[in-house]
Amino acid sequence: MLTASVGDTLLSHGMTQVGPVTLAHLGLLLHAIRNPWVITGILCLLGFFASYLTALSWADLTFVLPSTAFGYIVVAFLARFWLHEPITPYRWIGILLIVCGVGFVANGPSLTLHEPQHATEEPAPQGGGAVTGGTR
Amino acid sequence: MIHAGHIYAGPIETWATILTVAATAVAGDVLTAGAMRRIGDLDRIRAKSGLGGAVRAVTSSPMFLLGVLSMAASFFSLLFTLSNVELSLAAPASASLTFLGNAFAAKIFLKENVNRRRWLAALFVCAGVFLLAK
Repeated sequence: MLTASVGDTLLSHGMTQVGPVTLAHLGLLLHAIRNPWVITGILCLLGFFASYLTALSWADLTFVLPSTAFGYIVVAFLARFWLHEPITPYRWIGILLIVCGVGFVANGPSLTLHEPQHATEEPAPQGGGAVTGGTR
Repeated sequence: MIHAGHIYAGPIETWATILTVAATAVAGDVLTAGAMRRIGDLDRIRAKSGLGGAVRAVTSSPMFLLGVLSMAASFFSLLFTLSNVELSLAAPASASLTFLGNAFAAKIFLKENVNRRRWLAALFVCAGVFLLAK
């Protein structure tokens, strides 16, 4: 989440140095990937993907995705205080809603544990045949 | 719609391209999550076989590769959408639809226990992302 936010901000900072890329000047993209800010941004995003995959290997998708949305808030703060971009009241409300959403999943269990195949004939303790496991 | 000399797509094409972005993103997320579930805890694999073993375990999964392919398709369909639809609509609409679509898809395909708490989280994040583009 932090690597994604920092990565996006570094990419944004790097691309403002490179300048606008148009279809007529696609060669600028090659110039962009030599920019140290862009390179660091890409490395951060690779770190994000590795962390995201690791999280998915032990937690539910519906737990991991809203949790990573917390990165939108970090991006907003980085954009406001580092890149000096204006944040409208709508965006602050959006940030508040995301905080609430992340709070809902953060307090719940991270993984759905499924009953073993031989036990499926007996009624499951909770609906849908899936038992919600403990939070890791 | 004509804006600043650029001709934008009509409503049907607009929502068709946005839905394509969201659908391919959901497919990518669900396939990747399904692959990681099959592979198992990456921390344990890394402890046992090292970083190379963990990378091999992930990249040798056809389901993971299909997921990455779907993510790439989503990225390029987003680029296509952005060339025809205003950014302030395309980005939040596709992101919000992806959050909701993932909740449905995770319940149906990954058999996750999407309880009231997780539905509320998906809806709040979905609305929040939409407002971020205002």
